[in-house]
Amino acid sequence: MKIGVYVCHCGGNISEVVDIKRVMKFAEQQGDVVLVKEHAHMCSDVARKMLVDDIKEHNLDKVVIAACSPQFHGRTFMGTVEKAGLSPYVMEMANIREQCSWPHYYEPEYATKKAKDIVRMAIAKARLDEPLEKKTSPIGKRVLVIGAGIAGIQAALDLGDAGFKVYLVEKEPSIGGKMVKLSRTFPTEDCAACILSPKMADVPANPNIELLTNTEIESISGFLGNYDVVAVKKPRYVDTSKCTACDKCAEVCPVVVPNEHDEGLSSRKAIYLPNPIAVPHSYVLDDKTCLGLFPLACSKCYDVCDPGAINYDQKPERLNFTVDTIIVATGYEIFDPRKKKVYEFARSKNIITALDLERLISLEAEGTSLRPIGKRIAFIQCVGSRDELVGNEYCSRICCMYATKLSQLLKRADPKRDVYVFYIDLRAYGKGFEEYYKRAQRTGVKFIRGRVAELHEDKRTNKVTLKVEDTLTRDIIESEFDLVVLSVGLRPSPGTLKIADTLRLIKSPGGWLQEAHPKFRPVDTLADGVFICGCAQGPKDIPDTVAQASAAAARAIRLMNKGEFEVDPITAFVDEELCSGCGICAGVCPYDAITIELKQGKRVSRVNEVVCQGCGACVAACPSGAQQQRWFMTPQLHAMLSAALGEEVS
Amino acid sequence: MKKLVITSENIKFLKKINELADQDITLCEQCGTCSGSCPMVADMDITPSQIMRMVQLGDLDVLNSKAIWVCASCYSCTVRCPRNLDVSKVAEALRQVYLRKALDYVEIKKIPKYELVSLPQIAIVSACRKFTG
Repeated sequence: MKIGVYVCHCGGNISEVVDIKRVMKFAEQQGDVVLVKEHAHMCSDVARKMLVDDIKEHNLDKVVIAACSPQFHGRTFMGTVEKAGLSPYVMEMANIREQCSWPHYYEPEYATKKAKDIVRMAIAKARLDEPLEKKTSPIGKRVLVIGAGIAGIQAALDLGDAGFKVYLVEKEPSIGGKMVKLSRTFPTEDCAACILSPKMADVPANPNIELLTNTEIESISGFLGNYDVVAVKKPRYVDTSKCTACDKCAEVCPVVVPNEHDEGLSSRKAIYLPNPIAVPHSYVLDDKTCLGLFPLACSKCYDVCDPGAINYDQKPERLNFTVDTIIVATGYEIFDPRKKKVYEFARSKNIITALDLERLISLEAEGTSLRPIGKRIAFIQCVGSRDELVGNEYCSRICCMYATKLSQLLKRADPKRDVYVFYIDLRAYGKGFEEYYKRAQRTGVKFIRGRVAELHEDKRTNKVTLKVEDTLTRDIIESEFDLVVLSVGLRPSPGTLKIADTLRLIKSPGGWLQEAHPKFRPVDTLADGVFICGCAQGPKDIPDTVAQASAAAARAIRLMNKGEFEVDPITAFVDEELCSGCGICAGVCPYDAITIELKQGKRVSRVNEVVCQGCGACVAACPSGAQQQRWFMTPQLHAMLSAALGEEVS
Repeated sequence: MKKLVITSENIKFLKKINELADQDITLCEQCGTCSGSCPMVADMDITPSQIMRMVQLGDLDVLNSKAIWVCASCYSCTVRCPRNLDVSKVAEALRQVYLRKALDYVEIKKIPKYELVSLPQIAIVSACRKFTG
């Protein structure tokens, strides 16, 4: 056996602490080691070329790279070793950076000793490494996109245009998500509905997209290339193909309820059009408030419907389909300001959320004014964001700019208005945002640096007094306003939290879905073939959401386009002789990769290698040692332990 | 305008207050919620958020402020701080540091006997306790 050992300086990251020469000398003394080299940057092109040449010239059959974490460059060196004609699984990385030089920066002597131990352990494991064969599995071209806000719409359109079959599932009766509600978008002030409606119209027009509105995901099982989806289509009671949106049904409907599209500021009937640009453009009957769906009680809408689109007998419909990859675009909900008690929300009609104001401004533009906005308006920033008292430490990212937008829209509509924005830090980080902030200042919006401490409504005049410190002049301001707008932050939507459980996705602090790597895999998840985009991953504005949605579509295409994908051979497998079929392994498997089967009258465990992620839980749980994991076999781990404890290793 | 030169002395002062108050005062983001919530702020020479800022910078002048004595320890600032800092405790720490200087404001020997007789006992006791810090 011929082992080559390479010690990396990492441009000083390692060599400034660890004595490279001593580690190299130590490596030379180890059995089977025929070649020891060093390099300033092992990951560089030059060094990797040297590695390929060495493997060929010295006929190396095992390689140990003492450098950074395998998480960081494991794939890099596996590729290099493969290039030289070896199996990628005969390469071992000894992590002497994250686990040695960095934490022991101030104790170089100890770090050098530890580096030797780590290298010896890697050599011990490499001796027992066996070449593993990469397997491939076929994959089709079907994608499930969950959520049809702007993120889901964009991802579905990209995939549909590229020729992939898309199931676009939306739990609401219309697509469009939160963006439909917005007045204008910062910093360009485009009308949100006007730029969104062409995209919404493209969805049903795309032959590759199957749009499933009013539909919720019930369960998803399976794995990359074979996800079984069960969805429930709730009854709409209106045939979308027949409905002409003539509004006759709504005119006669006797039930009046708050309209969700206007955040409850206006009312709608029990049969209604979800929003003016709804897709599908069809009315929907709300069975929770309809007078019982019982034609004897009330059938007014049915009687006036000329095309006969109304059908009271619709039942929930279960849909089953199989997809290859999944994109999660389940979005956000706004923070409920009632949780921030000092802001007295819902106790005064003059304290509203920014989303309420978006609706007021949109409706005013359409010619319906729901209420007077007033002459003195205050915006309170960071409501539910950057606030540990309500459990949200994060910044919601969009509130600074939407307040900048709304404040100057109000001021420009009526220059006599006094508009104030109370902020802690004004974060104008995006393209054109700083210029837009300056424009607001020029318009005459006053920005005051201070978090509002409390609000009080005068019950006689209904004016709201706020108390705040101007932290720049240290003056205490106590001032009366006609309208106070709470710039509420974002929270993961209930749908996001639910789908995280269904798909077993990891959540970051705050409940947002966690990406596989914050820098290099921002739309991947640790579940193979599941991608995330939009506000489900974290608060972001519309351009970022659209960019991320396209990125998620591209990542999904990357997996599916070849028609097959590589399966990592680091999986568990069963020694059927030893297995007693007790099923403990199946119970601990977080991926449902293990089943217990009957084989010649004997119960044995079986691992589905496509599903197995190589986490090792079953191996640790197996009482008889029948479960083993490739590349982390028990003898290998024993050899590493013996090496670590300083025993002689044969 | 006052000129503040930041030296290691200032950092030492910050560390001392951090330790006495058991708070990381550096975490204050200067949002002003404490000042806006303070019922005594109208009688203060500097606001609670300014006290926090001066401690962050290690500005020893904060010890000469009236505000730390006007503080009623009502904890309004503490319960509302969005970074969960105990602002009341910081004021208490500053008062402790000041008291530990054991400055003589009242020298009992210098008080005329006739006045001493008419003084309430509790006033003499509390004046003496201030010397012990």
